[in-house]
Amino acid sequence: MNNVSETLYPNNWKKPPFIKRSWLRWSIIIGSILYLIAALSSMDINIQRVLEGIPRGQRFIESFFPPNFSDNRGVVWEGILESIWMAIISTVAGIALSIPIGLGAARNLAPLWVYMTCRFIIAASRTFPEIILAIFAVKLFGFGPFAGFIALSLGTIGFFAKLLAEDIENSSPAQAEAVKATGANWFQWINYAIQPQVMPRMIGLSVYRLDINFRESAVVGIVGGGGIGATLNTAFSRYEFDTAAAILLVIIGIVMVLEYASSHLRKWVQ
Amino acid sequence: MLKLENLTKRYNTGDLALQGIDLSIPNGQVLALIGPSGAGKSTLIRCINRLVEPTNGSAILNEVNLTKLSSRALRKSRRKMGMIFQEYALVERLTVMENVLSGRLGYVGFWKSFLRRFPKKDVNEAFRLLDRVGLLEMADKRADELSGGQRQRVGICRALIQDPDLLLVDEPTASLDPKTSRQIMRLINELCQERGLTAIINIHDVLLAQMFSQRIVGLALGNIVYDGSPEGLTPEVLTKIYGEEDWSATIEKVDDEDEEV
Amino acid sequence: MVVQKKQDELIWKKRTTREQWINWFYWLIGISIVLFAWKIISDKTVWFFVQDAPRQAADIGSRMVPPKWSYSLELIKPVWDTINIATLGTVIAMIIAVPVAFCAARNTTPHSTVRIVALFIIVASRSVNSLIWALMLVFILGPGVLAGTVAIGLRSIGFCAKLIYESIEEIDANQVEAVKATGASNLQQMIYGIIPQVLPTIAGVGIYRWDINIRESTILGLVGAGGIGLQLNGSINTLAWTQVSTILLVILATVFVSEWVSAKVRGAII
Repeated sequence: MNNVSETLYPNNWKKPPFIKRSWLRWSIIIGSILYLIAALSSMDINIQRVLEGIPRGQRFIESFFPPNFSDNRGVVWEGILESIWMAIISTVAGIALSIPIGLGAARNLAPLWVYMTCRFIIAASRTFPEIILAIFAVKLFGFGPFAGFIALSLGTIGFFAKLLAEDIENSSPAQAEAVKATGANWFQWINYAIQPQVMPRMIGLSVYRLDINFRESAVVGIVGGGGIGATLNTAFSRYEFDTAAAILLVIIGIVMVLEYASSHLRKWVQ
Repeated sequence: MLKLENLTKRYNTGDLALQGIDLSIPNGQVLALIGPSGAGKSTLIRCINRLVEPTNGSAILNEVNLTKLSSRALRKSRRKMGMIFQEYALVERLTVMENVLSGRLGYVGFWKSFLRRFPKKDVNEAFRLLDRVGLLEMADKRADELSGGQRQRVGICRALIQDPDLLLVDEPTASLDPKTSRQIMRLINELCQERGLTAIINIHDVLLAQMFSQRIVGLALGNIVYDGSPEGLTPEVLTKIYGEEDWSATIEKVDDEDEEV
Repeated sequence: MVVQKKQDELIWKKRTTREQWINWFYWLIGISIVLFAWKIISDKTVWFFVQDAPRQAADIGSRMVPPKWSYSLELIKPVWDTINIATLGTVIAMIIAVPVAFCAARNTTPHSTVRIVALFIIVASRSVNSLIWALMLVFILGPGVLAGTVAIGLRSIGFCAKLIYESIEEIDANQVEAVKATGASNLQQMIYGIIPQVLPTIAGVGIYRWDINIRESTILGLVGAGGIGLQLNGSINTLAWTQVSTILLVILATVFVSEWVSAKVRGAII
């Protein structure tokens, strides 16, 4: 060190910006502002309609206190049950199908052509939201929960097989190698080296997917796929807000129960 | 002057970590605290700046009873105690400069610290300290881009920029290789001498404790079992602190002392 | 895993006999539920339709090909609307989700009552699918992009806040402790110790949700909440199958691009 003088050190310091290249930073900032202006102006908002809607919204919120749980024609009860069963079946079937597809979509397990096929299947079932799948399912299989079941199962495959494949690809190669070195056949190898590593997360994911499928099952009914969705739609169109409120609260309640169960299950599995 | 009177800590699990510790440390003394894991060394240090609340007893720093302070007054007192941590405890995603300046948080109001507008003399001092430890060019690098030894040096700067009266050092060399450990201990020692700082250093490496401190306190099961000069550490004393072992290889022989440093 | 003593021999079994029985019992219950659910669903299924499905599929398939390419020019504004719904909705949601997340995390919540309220907001927002939110909002605010944006926003609050608060609870406490030891106040500990650790997660969650929202925004038009779903609904109702396939391809392309953008940005942030 040449100079020990204190005046050699700067008195000012500024934190370096997150994006270092200033042109990039400025173009992102300006670009975002331009986008916001363009987007907001292209939204033709009918202020009149919004103002009319406020008292309607108020009536809706008021109808939560109290909600109307009386189910005169039993449709609500039936709809909820249908949604629950649909969710269960779709999750089970979806996961059952996901296991072979997920195994095939893991680069470290499968030969190339199997890998590509399975990845294609996964991408195809992930692209479209379940409702679009439900629309087609209804066209093919008619109205009712079967169509919903098909749609949700396909959706489950896309979700589950992808995550399963990722988990397998991220699993420790050392453990897999060790089991292989004992001379195990392919199935034993999967059962002893791969399965124990991916199992905890997969159990957690299964419950999560059950949760998602239940929520989706409440929606496919709007397009004819069975479940509580159709009942909710009807209640709304008849301005039976208190019944709608009741249905919503039941849905929220079931999701809460599922979440509680899932966190317990995850702790138990760990 | 730091005085610990009957400092006791019992955890909720029932473990009695500190059993009525009495200790007096005059200004400017560098004290090494040795003992096995679970002896209470970390607890003792943390009871002084109340990161852990003592169950009983008091810690008095320069006539101020730290154990009785309200949270506002406690924050003021913490400013005067610099702490250096085992795993550096730097905020990894912030730059080196921000980590060092965060030592002044107790002196700077919320909005100024939010906008990173620290007083000129703080910035000046930060640069000076970084230069002293040899890290001036690293000022704008993210903390997680540094090596272990470099991070520990940033931690030292953070503690010193507080302009403390007392330095609490918790196992500074636990995560470092032997050579870096010596460099860090040497640096801490030099800085304490330069500033006349009082320091308590938790350390598990007995040799380093002997080389770089003026006084050694041995803790076992929450009690002080040795309090004296580094030369007084005989194998019998070490057995009392740590248990039965072949201690002759650990302790530096007294006649070789000059060669080491 | 248990080791048992049986007549002077040490035997190792994976489970005790009692555990084995309990295991069988759980499997029995599980399978019964699944079979029961299947029965309910299949009772409501008109199996004739299911058998007829392949023929239907072929029929629709032939009508969908070739896609009506000229129609894609009419889709530009709807795609723009869809992107806006997703983007603006995500922005609104993130602005609300961050404070809610801080209230919901055990280590940063100001009070346990606040925490419970925050957790309820998160569950309520998550449980209701964005399509259902859209359904309700169309009634209140009228059809159009506004209803869609608010629907996406409401749904995303729960998703984002949940991931963010989980990340807040998982931070390295040592870094915060070190800041505390300098004499910093609680707020200062938050901006110097906690926020730098969760900032990458917050950004990542925002982009992730935006990507999902693009997919969800494409269908909101089915209930009248703006975006390309309106065209989809119209085309299906008028049985204009070639238009439908164009729309599906456009949706595919949009989702593909948004996923690519999302992956790139998340890669840059980490």
